[in-house]
This record gives sequence, C-alpha cells and structure tokens, in this order.
Amino acid sequence: MLHTVNKSSFERNSLQSCLNTIDDTSVILLIEDGVISAAKNNNSSMIADLATQGRVYALKGDVEARGISSKLADNIKLVDYAGFVDLVVEHGTAVSWV
Amino acid sequence: MKISIQINEGPYQHQASDTAYQFAKAAIEKGHEIFRVFFYHDGVNNASRFTVPPQDDRNVVNQWADLDIKDAEGNPELVVCVAAALRRGMLDESEASKNGVDMNNIHPAFRISGLGQLIEAGIQSDRLVVFGD
Repeated sequence: MLHTVNKSSFERNSLQSCLNTIDDTSVILLIEDGVISAAKNNNSSMIADLATQGRVYALKGDVEARGISSKLADNIKLVDYAGFVDLVVEHGTAVSWV
Repeated sequence: MKISIQINEGPYQHQASDTAYQFAKAAIEKGHEIFRVFFYHDGVNNASRFTVPPQDDRNVVNQWADLDIKDAEGNPELVVCVAAALRRGMLDESEASKNGVDMNNIHPAFRISGLGQLIEAGIQSDRLVVFGD
C-alpha cells in the first residue's frame, strides 16, 4: 500500500500514527507540509529505518517550495507528480493520512 | 489504469486542490484515465464559476474545467456533493429553481450529484486517491 502524509510532525502526529500502523511492504510518500519530516536533524529519525529500506518518498516540488532540498535526510527518494502517479499505480490502495 | 480522486478542501485556502490537480494532470499525461473527481465538504468551492483570482494567479476552477474530465456521453465527471454544496450556497440551475434561489454558480464543467457517485467511483476505478486537510 501507499501511504501519503501531508502534515508536518510539528503540526499533527499523522506521520507517527502512520508509522505505527503500516505493514512491512508499505511505502510512504511525504507531500505538502509532510515533507518537513524529510529534513535532516528534525524528525528524520522517525523515518530513518524505512528510508534505509528505500520505502520513503517525498514530493520534489513541495521539498523545493519549503527550502529543504539541501538538507534532506539520507535515502529519501524524490519524485515529481508523474512519480506520484507511478507510486499510486504500483502500490495498490492509497491511504491518505491527514 | 482508471483513477478517481476525492477532494475535501476548497481552493486558495489549502494545497489539497492544487496537489490533486497536478496529480490528475500527470496521470492523464501518462495515459491513465481519470474516471471521476469527487468534490466533498469544503471541496465543493472548487466548482464556483464566479471565481475571479488576480490575473497573475492561477485560476483553480478553470484549471479543473480545462482538464475536460467527462464520461463517454460527454457528461462532466467533476462531481460536486449535493448536500455539501447546498449548505455552502453552491447551486446549479435545477437546485436553484427547486429551492427558490434566483442565481446559480456551478461551473458548467462540473455537475452536482450525490454521495453514491463517490462510492461508485471507488468501485469502478482501480485506484481512489484522497486529498484533504
């Protein structure tokens, strides 16, 4: 499954709820303010394990809009909207954590 | 692949409609079919034909309309939830006359219908992606 998270973990605990819930085959896509969690030295430790496994993506446009391109946590994969579509197609059901 | 989209937030107050639009556009460019876009809760405000943003800003309503999402018979598949719409003063011609209102404001690229359309979109499509707050 694909799980999208669109809130910063400073604002809501939807990323933590998502991490507590998802199974071993699911992937996470950070979009909108959710990309704040992709910044290094922030809450990147929350997603470090998953990122090492190549299961964390972030929407490139939203990362750039928030000025965190140069301090992205390790192993986070950037995708554009076409990549977003591919993730939806590849991973079956899409769950939106809001 | 058949993809449907649900949008729960209005334009210019939240990124949901913009993200959903960019997603829909990318999906169409990749050759997928957007079966239906369902506007729910404050998302119904994306359907107002009275929206007039400044000239140097995007027009979210027209952007959706220009995607030209229709069924085989040419009916719009940008669908606005009737209960959410009427509460917020979003009416088409038929709802306006039914409710004694002298004006209607639903853009012609959209149509008003019921929640059953969202359920049907979920059944008929391979994927349903939700954008909201």
